[in-house]
Amino acid sequence: MARIWVYGECVAGAAAPVALELLTHLRTLGDTVEAVVLDPDGASITATLGAHGAERVYLGTDQAYRDRLAQPAADTLSALIEEHRPDLVVFGATYDARDVCGRVSARTGSTVVANGTGLRRDGEQFVVESAIFGATVQVQTRVAGGSPCVLIRPRSFAAEAGPARAPAVTLVASAIRPEHQRARRLESVSATQSGPKLEDAAIVISGGRGLQDPANFQLLERIAELVRGAVGASRAVVDAGWAPYARQVGQTGKTVKPTVYIACGISGAMQHTVGMKAAAHIVAINTDPDAPIFKLADLGVVGDTLTVLPAMIQELERRDG
Amino acid sequence: MHVVVCVKQIPDPSLAGRLDPETRCLVREGVEVVLDPGDEVGVEAALRVAEATSGEVTVVSMGPEKGLDAIRKALAMGAHRAVLVSDPRLRGSDALATARVLAAAILPRHPDLVIAGTESTDGYTGTVPAAIAELLDWPALTFAKAITVEDATVRIQRQTEVGHDIVEAPLPAVVTVTGGANQPRYPSLRGIMAARAKPVDRPGLEELGIDPATVGLAGANQQVVAVAPAPERAAGAIVTDDGSGGRRIVDYLAELKVI
Repeated sequence: MARIWVYGECVAGAAAPVALELLTHLRTLGDTVEAVVLDPDGASITATLGAHGAERVYLGTDQAYRDRLAQPAADTLSALIEEHRPDLVVFGATYDARDVCGRVSARTGSTVVANGTGLRRDGEQFVVESAIFGATVQVQTRVAGGSPCVLIRPRSFAAEAGPARAPAVTLVASAIRPEHQRARRLESVSATQSGPKLEDAAIVISGGRGLQDPANFQLLERIAELVRGAVGASRAVVDAGWAPYARQVGQTGKTVKPTVYIACGISGAMQHTVGMKAAAHIVAINTDPDAPIFKLADLGVVGDTLTVLPAMIQELERRDG
Repeated sequence: MHVVVCVKQIPDPSLAGRLDPETRCLVREGVEVVLDPGDEVGVEAALRVAEATSGEVTVVSMGPEKGLDAIRKALAMGAHRAVLVSDPRLRGSDALATARVLAAAILPRHPDLVIAGTESTDGYTGTVPAAIAELLDWPALTFAKAITVEDATVRIQRQTEVGHDIVEAPLPAVVTVTGGANQPRYPSLRGIMAARAKPVDRPGLEELGIDPATVGLAGANQQVVAVAPAPERAAGAIVTDDGSGGRRIVDYLAELKVI
């Protein structure tokens, strides 16, 4: 039986959803699953991690895990890995975890496989499933040597609590070196957002270059309001400053799995589709009948978003009224 | 201030990528290679810091010899010199081996700041910059949307799931930039001409102190065991908007019972 570790990220006092997704999946593999939590509020999430499958939680609560970037967590996690030699260390692909993972890999000499969307046993070893070339090709990569590190994309698995179970909690001493406290978090700024979160909405309506002007995002806002959905954006328009990063759907943004995804004026570059193609139903509006997005669409409307969206609003308002 | 910028040559991202069925490595032969668009942002960020501090920019890259074209673009944008580590034994290197080679190439140049893109546009692993920072034993500020360097401190706006953080570190440090951090300049004709004469250093693995057994396919503790096309979605209904497109979509949402 192998020993698998999950990096149990704690965000604002709650377990990161991806950590629960990973535990839910890993507990089905028949191995020993343990979590490592390095956060001042970590004690508040051990029970949740246990209910999702962690038999043991290694818990470190030094303030530096939150106030400093990556290095303190990498120091302690690397020391723990060297002491306990887990067979696999699994991280959710979040901003913070990716940095910790890169450092731990360098410190422990372990390989990294990123962008995983699946993970399975293959005899004594583990195979990571990932999608490349914008999710048009699926690759299976076997990892070996020491404690390989794997980064799994959020929403690759559904989180589901099992029977409530108190995990064993092992308090771990800080292995933070004083000189590793130099990268400091000074301030956190949250973009204001109303309505459901992009990751949780049943309907996501996203805009791209085809909207022609940042002001036209208001059309999407109005539709989102009418259908109680969330607004997303392609990288092209986020890079152009039309929408904040928190709205970005795609490889470098969020992965969403809504019931319906509505792509408005988005051509369907691989960078984007990798973040939305798991939607149950896809609707696309684009002026170009050859746009790759239509290959994914259950319903495609070849037309100008600036005509189709106002018509949608009118129809939704009519039905509402 | 001496700024190193890490760059990667990648197959033209506007063309469909291919894997070699035998080696399961990315096919790089007969494919146009370009400077990774994410790295153009890195080069621009490095040039801006260097220009503000009367400093210089060194481009550091690992990859096949023909990647020189991508490096020349960075030099044409204004970087002063380049280092290209090119060796057939590096083919198939994983992210850790790549970081080891780049860190070994960076260290003897004693930069104040190392800038890299957040992740490559072909591989998307995104752990190389953090691993370089770990090997150099430096702090890293990642996912920068904006960078300021003042005295011996670098401060960035760091992208987060909900907005951004303000984070800072003393130099030397590693900074990674996101795609929207700046608008990369186009190389001028003069820049393109000047790039031809700029020095490109080509250290060998031995010179860098890299054990060949730890890099390339041989050194990678990972092996691609299967490659298959992703299952395609069934073809949907495509209609041309005749004024009823908006209503058609609303009907579809009602059909799915989401409204």
